[in-house]
Amino acid sequence: MAYDTNFTGQKFKVVGTRPLRPDGLDKVTGRARYGADVSAPGQLVGRVLRSPHAHAKIVKIDTSKAEKLPGVKAVITSADLPDLTNGDAGMYDILVNCMARGKALYDGHAVAAVAAVDAATARKALKLINVEYKILPHVTDVDEAVKPGAPVLHSKMFTDGVEPKPTKASNVAKRTEFGHGDVEKGFKEADVIVERSFKTEQTHQGYIEPHACLANLGSDGQGEMWVCTQGHFVYRNTCATLLGLDAAKLRVTASEIGGGFGGKTHVWAEPLALALSRKANRPVKLVMTRDEVFKASGPTSSTSIDVKIGATKDGRITAATATLRYQGGPFLGMWAELGAMTSYACYDLKNVKTVGYEVVVNRPKVAAYRAPSAPMAAFAVESVVDELAHKIGMDAVAFRIKNAAKEGTKSSYGPTYGPIGIGPTLEAAKNHPHMKAPLKKNQGRGMACGFWFNFGGQTSTSLNVTPDGSVNVSVGTIDVGGSRASMALIAAEELGVPYENVRCVVADTSSLGHNDMSDGSRVTFSSGMNTVIAARNAKKVLIQRAAKMWDIPEEAVTWEDGHAKPAGANAGNFPPLSLKEIAAAAGNTGGPIAGHNEFVADGAGVSFATHICDVELDPETGATKIIRYTVIQDAGKAIHPSYVEGQYQGGAAQGIGWALNEEYVYGKDGRLQNAGYLDYRIPVCSDLPMIDTVILEIPNPNHPYGVRGVGETSIVPPLAAIANAVSNAAGVRMTHIPMSPPRILKALDDQAKTKAKAA
Amino acid sequence: MAGVHVSTTVNGDPAEFVCDPDEPLLDVLRNRLGLTGAKEGCGTGDCGACSVTVDGELVCSCLVLGAEVEGRKIETIEGMADGDKLHPLQRKFIEHAALQCGICTPGFLIAARALLKKNANPTEEEIRFGLAGNLCRCTGYDKIVRAVQDAAREMRGA
Repeated sequence: MAYDTNFTGQKFKVVGTRPLRPDGLDKVTGRARYGADVSAPGQLVGRVLRSPHAHAKIVKIDTSKAEKLPGVKAVITSADLPDLTNGDAGMYDILVNCMARGKALYDGHAVAAVAAVDAATARKALKLINVEYKILPHVTDVDEAVKPGAPVLHSKMFTDGVEPKPTKASNVAKRTEFGHGDVEKGFKEADVIVERSFKTEQTHQGYIEPHACLANLGSDGQGEMWVCTQGHFVYRNTCATLLGLDAAKLRVTASEIGGGFGGKTHVWAEPLALALSRKANRPVKLVMTRDEVFKASGPTSSTSIDVKIGATKDGRITAATATLRYQGGPFLGMWAELGAMTSYACYDLKNVKTVGYEVVVNRPKVAAYRAPSAPMAAFAVESVVDELAHKIGMDAVAFRIKNAAKEGTKSSYGPTYGPIGIGPTLEAAKNHPHMKAPLKKNQGRGMACGFWFNFGGQTSTSLNVTPDGSVNVSVGTIDVGGSRASMALIAAEELGVPYENVRCVVADTSSLGHNDMSDGSRVTFSSGMNTVIAARNAKKVLIQRAAKMWDIPEEAVTWEDGHAKPAGANAGNFPPLSLKEIAAAAGNTGGPIAGHNEFVADGAGVSFATHICDVELDPETGATKIIRYTVIQDAGKAIHPSYVEGQYQGGAAQGIGWALNEEYVYGKDGRLQNAGYLDYRIPVCSDLPMIDTVILEIPNPNHPYGVRGVGETSIVPPLAAIANAVSNAAGVRMTHIPMSPPRILKALDDQAKTKAKAA
Repeated sequence: MAGVHVSTTVNGDPAEFVCDPDEPLLDVLRNRLGLTGAKEGCGTGDCGACSVTVDGELVCSCLVLGAEVEGRKIETIEGMADGDKLHPLQRKFIEHAALQCGICTPGFLIAARALLKKNANPTEEEIRFGLAGNLCRCTGYDKIVRAVQDAAREMRGA
């Protein structure tokens, strides 16, 4: 397909190649240091006491026995964390989530914490803390929570975004609405309308590394923290606010991160570790158990979504609506809003309206999970799109191509698109051999599209040329999937030096300006663009130095292939100076050579993907096996294609787990029943086939190389693609995720009963 | 709690430690011997991130007690390379981009080595089932399987 992949006119030398990653050796030899791998002299072990109740008033906490236990050095409760949030409601919710204040809001909510000389003593101390609870009625289901008469979590929660503002408290925190046109008029123009309701269950990001930190805070307000995080600057800022510190006095160093997927964008127990350290005046290492990770850190929302779409017989969508209810745990989130924004982003619609309701329930505080909120909305919308195509007798891909958004389309969430990849991914799907491969008995094929915004954000980057001519790039964005390799490729490309001569590190919070988190698929886009700019700034310095060495004006010097050269015959006849030669002379030409940049990276390119999936259904057991899977996604420009493929494959695999098996199971008592990998089963190697990838490159005009984010979009289509495949294999529309064997058997059973009745 | 004195061999070197009777081998390796390559992902034997071998047998070190390894031979990720020469599996994992965050990588490498010792020429399905005790949340396993296939090929001299 003819896309201008070199819209900058630049022919890349190293960008787009697949060199070895710089952190590879450390990671295959066990040397890489993660959150729990670092210790400090005299460190204590921190442990957290958590509520066993879904919803309970904390009448009294007696810590006196625990404090007297030999080896216990500090015990804290919410009394040790005074409210310093100064009216910032979001920050106050974070504080409440870190440690319950007066009321436990979910099974696993922290109520106290201890620091002791060893783990055994810390565990013993937790048992000596006496908490008197008054159990309150609870609600964990998103639909139950919005019913009249449901237990209300917050007596002062009056739905935002509704006029007039309600006077009665409820569990609906906020209403948001998006769209344009007149949907009522649009539905009147439709020949066929499909309307359905869907549910998705709560899943966890499932990163293999539990949250871990080593906190060291003194009574002088100075401290350090080693922590696994997706954003050490944001962790610093948040912890400083909650603990009343100057941000500059808390130096945070990010460990290697053992997966995050959004779950490590929020602080959980880190402020507690710092508070314990301050109280004990010793370093405190706090590592969550897997059980705690499930119960008290970042799952995604469970949802309930109604979708209605109308189309003409010739396959044009005339109107589309969606009502989306997303629970955010016990706090206001932006999860339904994101679902409402993304629902119809793939399509060019005249009449569209989406409404999101943020619902609070007695479950853990929801955190971002890879393209947060988009997969559930895509599941509901793409299921109805498929059914509609079927009803009007059109091929599912052709129907989508006919309605796909394109450059100039006003998106359902507001902005008008520039060049985008939804059309090209659909064309690529149509022409992919996977679409034509034969299917056997009990097998079904499905496809679906997905969208994610991508993000830019605040970014600070430094590039230093060392005296021997090798190059250091310091970024403030955590490397979650190989971005240090990408930054080194970009710096090498700009400076014209070999990839091997560049080393990229993630600097601590005292070494760079503030950086936003590694979220929103922003790292290769923002830190990548910043590395380009920093390298170009360094090149300016290199040119100045060469001019000085030749004693000619700097305008007469140009940079080419890693060398300063006279710009033309008039500039003089000098042999090119290599970066290495200029670097070696730096001490005599003005000192160290560096380039920096600080900015807000605007212009992140929206991202689209189309996935194709084949499943085989066992009608006896209801078990589903994925037998073939293809991901087609627009990367803008793939800096290191292997790690772009890795993002595509990883997102697809997480989506497969979500679609078929993963689910938080709550008992009637409001307690989480499956807080472990045995009962919350993520896909294992034998569950999956190879995952085929197709990288399209439709450049993002706002990035010097055309880069779009690639990390998140890959989790958006799988729920829908697999639901369409299973529905095609089963001959019955699946409307509840995950499509676990019991749900599939029930759907087959219901269908058989309906057929029997009809006969 | 009275400590248990244990003499053992770790990666070919003699090692001695005193541990609590209920202390997992994983904690001994990480906290007493300074070998943090084995990771605790769950502590219940479900994720395989703490995989090591004891007398050549693949185990989750979180499910073995330190007190059990008296006189036995333990191999961890730290002993997988031969000096500066990486094991073919280690090299192929880097070459095939078979790791992203890398937290599961030590466990996968130990498990893959144990698999190839038993079966030098495994099919894709045998690799997938052989590594089903190790969780990876980043890669979708595709590149891990390819890296193991390629390493097996090289180790067979094929």
